[in-house]
Amino acid sequence: MSCAYLLLGISICVSFANAVEVQRPRGVPLSKRQFYEENKPFTCLDGSRTIPFDRVNDDYCDCKDGSDEPGTAACPNGSFHCTNAGYKPTFIPSSRINDGICDCCDTTDEYNSGASCQNTCREMGRQERETLQKLAEIAKEGFLLKQQLITEAKKQHEEKQGKITEMQTNRRTMEEKVEALRTVKEVAEQPEKEAKESHLKAWEDQKAIIQAEKEKAKMAEAFLELDDDADGYVSVAELQSHMELDPDSDGALTDAEAQVLLGGSDKVDTSSFESAWDNIKDKYISEAQADSAAVDPPAEDNRPPVPDNEPYHDDEPVDEDDENEDDDEDDDYPEEDSDKPIPSVHTPEKNEQDEEAMPPYDAQTQTLIDAAQKTRDDFDEAERALREVDDQIKSIEKELSFDFGPSGEFTYLYSQCYELPTSEYIYRLCPFNRVSQKPKYGGSETNLGSWGSWAGSEDSKYMVMKYEHGTGCWQGPNRSTTVKLICGKETVVLSTSEPSRCEYQMEFTTPAVCQEPVSPDAGLHTEL
Amino acid sequence: MAAPIDRMGLLLVILLPVLFSISHAVDRSNFKTCDKSAFCKRQRDVKPGQSPYRALLETLELSNTRLTLQLINDNNKVRLLLELYRLQGNMTRVKINELKPLKPRYEVPDVLVKDPPTEPLSVLDRDENGVVLSLGADSQRLIISARPFRLDIVDGPNVLLSINSRGLLVFEQLRLRKDTKSETDSEGGEDVEQNVAEKGEEEEEAKEEEDQPGMWEETFKSHSDGKPNGPTSISLDFSFPGVEHVYGIPEHADTLKLKSTEGGDPYRLYNLDVFQYELNNPMALYGAVPVLLSHTAERTMGIFWLNAAETWVDIGSSASVQGGSEKSQTDVRWISESGIIDVFVMLGPRPTDVFSQYASLTGTQSFPPLAALAYHQCRWNYNDQEDVKAVDDGFDEHDIPYDFIWLDIEHTDGKRYFTWDPLKFSQPREMLQNLMDKKRKMVTIVDPHIKVDSGYKIHKEISSKGFYIKNKDGGDYEGWCWPGNAGYPDFTKPEMRAWWASMFAYDQYEGSMENLYTWNDMNEPSVFNGPEVTMHKDAVHGAWEHRDVHNLYGFYVQMATAQGLIQRSGGVERPFVLTRAFFAGSQRYGAVWTGDNAAEWGHLKMSIPMCLSLGLVGISFCGADVGGFFKTPSPELLVRWYQAGAYQPFFRAHAHLDTPRREPWLFGPENTALIREAVRQRYTLLPYWYQLFYHAHRTGQPVMRPLWVEYPENAATFAIEDEFLLGKDLLVHPVTDEGSRGVTAYLPGDGEVWYDVHTYKKHQGNQNLYIPVTMNSIPVFQRGGSVISRKERVRRSSLCMQDDPYTLYVAVSAQGTAEGELYIDDGHTFNYEKQQFIHRRLTFAEGTLSSSNLSPDSQFSTASWIERVVFMGVTKPNTATLRTADGSESALEFEFDPSSELLSLRKPGVNAGAEWTIQLR
Repeated sequence: MSCAYLLLGISICVSFANAVEVQRPRGVPLSKRQFYEENKPFTCLDGSRTIPFDRVNDDYCDCKDGSDEPGTAACPNGSFHCTNAGYKPTFIPSSRINDGICDCCDTTDEYNSGASCQNTCREMGRQERETLQKLAEIAKEGFLLKQQLITEAKKQHEEKQGKITEMQTNRRTMEEKVEALRTVKEVAEQPEKEAKESHLKAWEDQKAIIQAEKEKAKMAEAFLELDDDADGYVSVAELQSHMELDPDSDGALTDAEAQVLLGGSDKVDTSSFESAWDNIKDKYISEAQADSAAVDPPAEDNRPPVPDNEPYHDDEPVDEDDENEDDDEDDDYPEEDSDKPIPSVHTPEKNEQDEEAMPPYDAQTQTLIDAAQKTRDDFDEAERALREVDDQIKSIEKELSFDFGPSGEFTYLYSQCYELPTSEYIYRLCPFNRVSQKPKYGGSETNLGSWGSWAGSEDSKYMVMKYEHGTGCWQGPNRSTTVKLICGKETVVLSTSEPSRCEYQMEFTTPAVCQEPVSPDAGLHTEL
Repeated sequence: MAAPIDRMGLLLVILLPVLFSISHAVDRSNFKTCDKSAFCKRQRDVKPGQSPYRALLETLELSNTRLTLQLINDNNKVRLLLELYRLQGNMTRVKINELKPLKPRYEVPDVLVKDPPTEPLSVLDRDENGVVLSLGADSQRLIISARPFRLDIVDGPNVLLSINSRGLLVFEQLRLRKDTKSETDSEGGEDVEQNVAEKGEEEEEAKEEEDQPGMWEETFKSHSDGKPNGPTSISLDFSFPGVEHVYGIPEHADTLKLKSTEGGDPYRLYNLDVFQYELNNPMALYGAVPVLLSHTAERTMGIFWLNAAETWVDIGSSASVQGGSEKSQTDVRWISESGIIDVFVMLGPRPTDVFSQYASLTGTQSFPPLAALAYHQCRWNYNDQEDVKAVDDGFDEHDIPYDFIWLDIEHTDGKRYFTWDPLKFSQPREMLQNLMDKKRKMVTIVDPHIKVDSGYKIHKEISSKGFYIKNKDGGDYEGWCWPGNAGYPDFTKPEMRAWWASMFAYDQYEGSMENLYTWNDMNEPSVFNGPEVTMHKDAVHGAWEHRDVHNLYGFYVQMATAQGLIQRSGGVERPFVLTRAFFAGSQRYGAVWTGDNAAEWGHLKMSIPMCLSLGLVGISFCGADVGGFFKTPSPELLVRWYQAGAYQPFFRAHAHLDTPRREPWLFGPENTALIREAVRQRYTLLPYWYQLFYHAHRTGQPVMRPLWVEYPENAATFAIEDEFLLGKDLLVHPVTDEGSRGVTAYLPGDGEVWYDVHTYKKHQGNQNLYIPVTMNSIPVFQRGGSVISRKERVRRSSLCMQDDPYTLYVAVSAQGTAEGELYIDDGHTFNYEKQQFIHRRLTFAEGTLSSSNLSPDSQFSTASWIERVVFMGVTKPNTATLRTADGSESALEFEFDPSSELLSLRKPGVNAGAEWTIQLR
């Protein structure tokens, strides 16, 4: 049943014309040939025991380590060496010997199973060489590209570093400028404030006078109205026609009540009406007013109407760290009004409460205001510029903080996106940012993960990217994506898959992972 | 595979947010309790007491093989017909039907393998109170008592079983609905009169029966069940004096020994797709086998309640007086919604007798192809052909054997079964050929819900042939399942089954090949939008309602599918079909699994009693999803589950779509090695598994057995469910606890010895043995007195091992003997039926191991030979001599380890089919 010995006629590569014959038991690699000496007792390679040589490959497992049966399936832990001349030599588990399945391309594993195996080593070797050749070419070109990428990245890195230094210098200047302008502003605002205040005070004094005059006129008018018989006195009876004045609101303005209102008299004349007027003016309704709604036209106002509410600063797409709100009001109005109906008519009640418009500032005050406003504008401008620089510095610092590989070769992927359309979706990989999936025919985008970390194994950390914490899955984990990087001349998303629910996998080619090519034949050697 | 909510995933969430709530545990409110099931409530409200039934002895008729007798219900004067048969093999059949039903009542067809052969009955004694019948030559008798009606089966002075002794026989007769009576009176008047006339001899008029709620219609949740036939339920009680242990009536996620149902719900038998089922309760699951076994040290018996309608089984205990002393008694009450009472009482007396008796009625386990006993790799879903190839390669790369890779529903073109996704599985034959080149196989899922789509051939044909189940209004019944709107073929129709079977022909099922097998899921049937996630009971199967046939549906689906696989090979190849729903007799068509379990330690533990219970009622080819279907197992749980699954009959890993991948090599090299080792142990034991299945197929004995089956007199074994026997020779105690440091295994058998199969250490029987465990421990023991054959050259699939040599493990008993069998055939065809097999007996006695032919008429040749014989528990011999059939003798080399008394004979080299002896001196 067993053929303990096999004459191995191995012709190596075609180029080596010399056929070399080496005798050794079936399944033994050349490197271990010396342990299997014909007709000498064989010692198991683990040294556990020694057996007669005819028990090597006799289809019975004598050695615990399986070393006595390199060419049969007798040992559960044995391995069989295929020479695979023309291709790569390999070891297979000895359980694959004579199992009817061709494993070795040189067919040597199926010597007694009836399986009809073709020797495919040469063909495989050729294909392998071609593939390797191709890969090597790709690697070669890719590696060149990678060098460029590295140079580019280095340059960029230096540029960015330089820029940051430069910006930081600028920033200091700008900061000083802001401080200087702040002082200028504050200096200019002091006289402005005083002038404004004095203007306001003058206006309020004047308003008080006007108010008093108005009041007087109103009283006189009321007297005339009340004095129905025009006898120069307002009597209890005349007062009783104004039911609104009923102090206890019981529906009747009695004589006694009217008398009280008139200061205890039955009637009062113009001069003594003044004290009675104090009693009734809050409730008094002018007869003219009761008849019609005729009112004075609204006061002239050059400024746009002031909306009822405070402006919504929050609504505006402005910088969040905007602090000088007090200056914004004037600017805000037009924008605010655009999404609010402007009240076209002031209601009478409202109008009465309204103060009359303050007269314009006098020229001197206005000059102070204009001067202060200019300092404010200058200050704002400077501060805005400073913020911009801060943002730029932050963004560059963020970019510089990414791990773009040992030589920065992945730098070029930053802020780029690469898409792969499949039958259903468009997959989008934005390296160092996020991975997403968008249905081809409508529907919203799904986040398949945000940049997490490099996740390759220890010695090839930069071969795998991990994107995490994507959109949560129904009854499952948050989506995540593992991106496997492959050497290629171009930067392309090669494939995507979802081997486990909500765990995506992408293959992504980039020159950035191309290794310096070794000679193309190195992978293919043949054993003698 | 799956319950609806999860599987329909977002689609359902979007479409039917109101109908389905998202939940992680079983939503009990989706399923009926006895209270919510009108007939169960009605029946359960009937309390034990005086039975209204009386046997009319004057109507007794006895032919040679059949006794008939009328029973009358003294309350309503309805008469029943009792039929009694004495069946060959020590069984009694009791049938009760209405004497004159308004129309025929459903009697379950196709489950019995044949009309059970009868034996003569004879009357021993008879008076006005009753009749005594002889049940054969021994002391067994059947006593019919007239008033009230009751049956007792006695053996000498002992009552084995009493029927209707608690007076719970209830037989709801078919009747006309009262509010429609006036219309039908004129037509049916004559019959009614006639009935009345016949009953005229009875003194009293029948009392008018009151309608009770739920008799003519019933609503559960939003589903209403119009009941055109009104109340039709039946009930009968059985009492087992002296019995404390009863088993069976699967499928429930509950203990092996059935519990009392007093104060709770009865065990329910109604095939249902239960989403994330709970452990330790009597809720119905996917399958139903209405067979209950009783067991005492003296006698094992069984009751087979042949009824396919929704059934509830109440179990209680009471005290009985027998022979002057008080004993406990187990009371069992069966309640079914429709059909007739048709009961087979299997009288044992030994467990093996009950198994043979039941097998003689419903058949034995189908003999699976050898490969089906190997390891199966499944997942919902392997995404595409590349994925299949990657997983296939993964097994080779990690040197783990497997035989079958499975494709779940996503492989189809839009859940149209018998088709392939045109993008993901565009070249199925190429894929199957690649697997075949590695001597591996594939299973695809074929479910019985058929997408309603006029462009789908299967639908078009079923629809045009009128093969769909109808709704109560006569149109095709439609329900929601994976494909959306779906029809359900009427598998109760033989023409439908024949057509279905023809669809598996290679030219019909495009892309199929001989290494493609089938999985029938969702065949309860699962209807996502139906009552209790199944079909409306008033759906129509020809002359019958779905109510009558419900529990049979899955049985028929698997039957037709298995038939298809047989036919496609011209009757040559054995089929392999896995089913989720099942009924009595399903063992004839393939394997079952315990449905959608979860990755929890409790579910791992429960896999043992669940499969043991199935084995007791004939279904040996049982397994649980290794790893757990829902949720994600810890690596420890996964490893432990592989270790347990490797020693259970159907060994398949499976996982839910939403769980992370869990192929064996994804959890680090240590766990990969542990799983590899567990799977390899399975493969080395395949010859033993195969022989056990052959035995099960021939005799009906279960493969995976509770200990009490082999040690029926040892009460310590009666409730054991954390360990089990494979055949009678291997005892397995899987580790099913997290962080376990050790297990305590009970080794049975006074005077017996057991050998640890890993260390060969000998242990005495009848002891609780503490076994310290590490992650690589799988406590397994070989019985002293047995010979087990293994193939120790584990290869990448079982077919690769076909011609490999055997190692015989001879575990010597305390008496110095051992015995075993070796069965060999081609592993996949029906040729064994033509005597093409090798069946050897291996006997060791007086120092001589010999192989003798158990089947001299059979013929088969094998390339396999005997490479090693390992003796456990022997002393060192001086010589070991092999003698072959031609008389030649040769000395065998051997090694002996005195510390473990292990003797290993080197390379006898004889052909496994040959005659030989080995003498140790």
